[in-house]
Amino acid sequence: MTTVEHAAGATRASGRVGLDRQSITGLVFGVLGIALLAGVAPAISGTSRRFNFEPPPDPAGIGFHPPTWVIAIGVLFLLTAVLGFAPPEARRWATPARLLSALAVIPLLLVLSLALSDNPSTNIVNLFNESLVLATPLALGATTGLWCERSGIINIGIEGTMLAGAGIGYMTYATIGDAQSTGWLWFSILISVLAGGLVAALLAVLSIRFGVNQIVGGVVINLFALGLTGFLRSEVIVKTGITTGVGTSEFGLPLLSEIPVIGDQLFRGKPIYWMMYLVVIGTWLVMFRTPWGLRVRSCGENPHAAETLGVNVVRIRYQSVILGGLIAGLAGAWFSMESQTRFEDNMTNAAGFIALAALIFGKWTPWGAFGGALLFGFSRALGTRLQFLGVEVSGFEIPSEFLQALPFIVTLVVVAGAVGRSIPPAAAGQPFQRSK
Amino acid sequence: MNGARNANVGIGRAAGQVHRMLTEAWRLQPLYVSLYAILLSFVVGGVLISIIGVNPFTAYWALLRGMVGGGDEIAGSLARSVPFIGSALALAFAFRAGLFNIGAEGQLLAGGITAAYVGALSWMSDLPGIVAIPLILIAGTLGGAIWGGIPGVLRTKTGAHEVISTIMLNSLVLFGVRWMVNSRDPVVLRDTESTVPRTDPISDTAVLPELVDSQPVLHTGLFALVGICFVVAFVLKRTTFGFEVGTVGLNPHASHYAGINVNRVIVASMAASGAFAGLAAASEISGTNGFFQPGTFFLMGFDGIAIALLARTNPVAIIAAALLWGSMLSGAPLMQQEADVSIDVVRIIQAMVLLFVAADAIVRYLFRVRELDQSPFKATSVEGAV
Repeated sequence: MTTVEHAAGATRASGRVGLDRQSITGLVFGVLGIALLAGVAPAISGTSRRFNFEPPPDPAGIGFHPPTWVIAIGVLFLLTAVLGFAPPEARRWATPARLLSALAVIPLLLVLSLALSDNPSTNIVNLFNESLVLATPLALGATTGLWCERSGIINIGIEGTMLAGAGIGYMTYATIGDAQSTGWLWFSILISVLAGGLVAALLAVLSIRFGVNQIVGGVVINLFALGLTGFLRSEVIVKTGITTGVGTSEFGLPLLSEIPVIGDQLFRGKPIYWMMYLVVIGTWLVMFRTPWGLRVRSCGENPHAAETLGVNVVRIRYQSVILGGLIAGLAGAWFSMESQTRFEDNMTNAAGFIALAALIFGKWTPWGAFGGALLFGFSRALGTRLQFLGVEVSGFEIPSEFLQALPFIVTLVVVAGAVGRSIPPAAAGQPFQRSK
Repeated sequence: MNGARNANVGIGRAAGQVHRMLTEAWRLQPLYVSLYAILLSFVVGGVLISIIGVNPFTAYWALLRGMVGGGDEIAGSLARSVPFIGSALALAFAFRAGLFNIGAEGQLLAGGITAAYVGALSWMSDLPGIVAIPLILIAGTLGGAIWGGIPGVLRTKTGAHEVISTIMLNSLVLFGVRWMVNSRDPVVLRDTESTVPRTDPISDTAVLPELVDSQPVLHTGLFALVGICFVVAFVLKRTTFGFEVGTVGLNPHASHYAGINVNRVIVASMAASGAFAGLAAASEISGTNGFFQPGTFFLMGFDGIAIALLARTNPVAIIAAALLWGSMLSGAPLMQQEADVSIDVVRIIQAMVLLFVAADAIVRYLFRVRELDQSPFKATSVEGAV
């Protein structure tokens, strides 16, 4: 909380009446529930649709009747709304109901999009897999932010760090390996990772050694990476004449990919995608299950208290920020060597900011951030799928921009505290000076 | 006797004032950091240029001629700088109030799309220019002010930090305008006759008069934005509101205690900040482009941060800093053409300028500049953000 907020809070507290958060959430679900029951369910087509679990021909799947599902979810929403206003003894059911309702939004979207399209069926396992793959750079970026901000350094330079990783890695691959050799590919991915670490080290030096405002430091990183990668592209990559190449290749996880129907779709993937899971799990383990992780978190909450307990705040912050940068470098490699095998200017295209949104959405926790990344990956995958299915609402296609903007709206709502308030680490953004 | 002494004192005071005026007029200390930062950045850029095997002096000479090598070049540089004045002013004003408005990027888009919409309304062509031009500028200013006011309201009502909310609002408005400009079914604001996604051209009456037919065109929007800088300087220095903004920026607690309505100042400052960005966008739409394209304002809001810090948030100094910024971008193509150096070098140099201005400790250490005045924007003035 900043000083301004304290002052603002002082003026606000006295005159504040009206609804608390639970009631607002209850109201929102109530309105949604009524809209679903009275408005949507009668309006959508009653013909049966089908969720497939595998590609054609003759796919396994389940058929369903869209209005029934809409009504079921609508009733759930109404129940949540009622529980929000229930007497205190019944309120212990309110939180699980809210969670269930929030989760029900995803099947609701799927049911509605299929009901509104002309296609009778779509493969949802594949959609789920696409969401996971698209979430890769977001989850990695959010983990970068997690390491930095939990140690007390705000990082809005995730975007630039990723871009530098993508550009420098691909440059290495194109100049040394002609973008063809597998050995050099892995070497280049390593270079990407190191480049990310180097860029983050710049942020660390600026914000820790020189006490530069951390947001300005992040902007420096973003502008610098954009200029540097543009420069490297036109001076080095373009001059090699290589425009594309061989990227990382898919492989199936042993045993799991043998599972019938879903195994081949869900457990086949490219290496950086798999590494994303390792990074998220590793981050959770190290940050929440090791003494060093505890120290990192203490530096982000109260560095002075940590210092009196003998924690070397400066060193911990350097380590965390650089570790975060290494992860962002890997996310960069995903862009230029896994998702595509080339490099374009501004290739990351605001993924760093979406990652930041995922981190905030996930309330600065590893699994929350991963969930946020997954949700935002899903919204992007669904956007593509909607166009593919030709979903139309009263004669108009749903623009992909709407679904792309969704993460930012959701995060804004969460930050504003309308639903499940998101609060940053207490000391994030505050420069630290050793006690004399 | 008495009278003579009074006269003496009077003369002494007058002389003292003259001396102070002179030293203040030539007092370069506050400028040192900025000047050295620019110098250092060009050194870094020069090293980079020599690495790719080009003589940096050849490259910089071409850059300089591209910036100020002739009448057309100077006019082009001025024209390129105009919107940066607005975006930097947006940042500087928010900094003064202790706020970090990362959202100038989005406020430019909001202002630009509003201006383009109003400018292309069918009845605009019936209005005389003296009405139509202010109208399009006001429309853009309002668009920016509303988009800038939202994070201010969010902050005062919910405590959401403006850095987070403006980052989200930036992306939100970007997708919004992309949809409005791209969508063919339904047509929102897209010019259906154009092959590239852009809005309908604005009415001829709403076009700001041209000053020099340079590349890009130098238009009278220059006066509007330079004028606003002086107005803001006056407001900050001489009005109650300006005093309140500065006080809240320095210490919101004390301001609250002193009876200043902190919430009102925060919302007003964010809205004003957005308004300057919106005005910059509107003047570009009206004077240079004649229509709106989302890519026009790419990075302009982030550059505003660098320019505002380079000018140490001084509204008048912003004019000079923005001129440097715009003219470097305007001169870069000649450097590419003659010295075969990618224009991205300029981008790197600009990022370095921001780096050295922000990390003034590096500059002070290298050039032994003493810290005479408190830096206007210290790390401590924006606490606990993202």
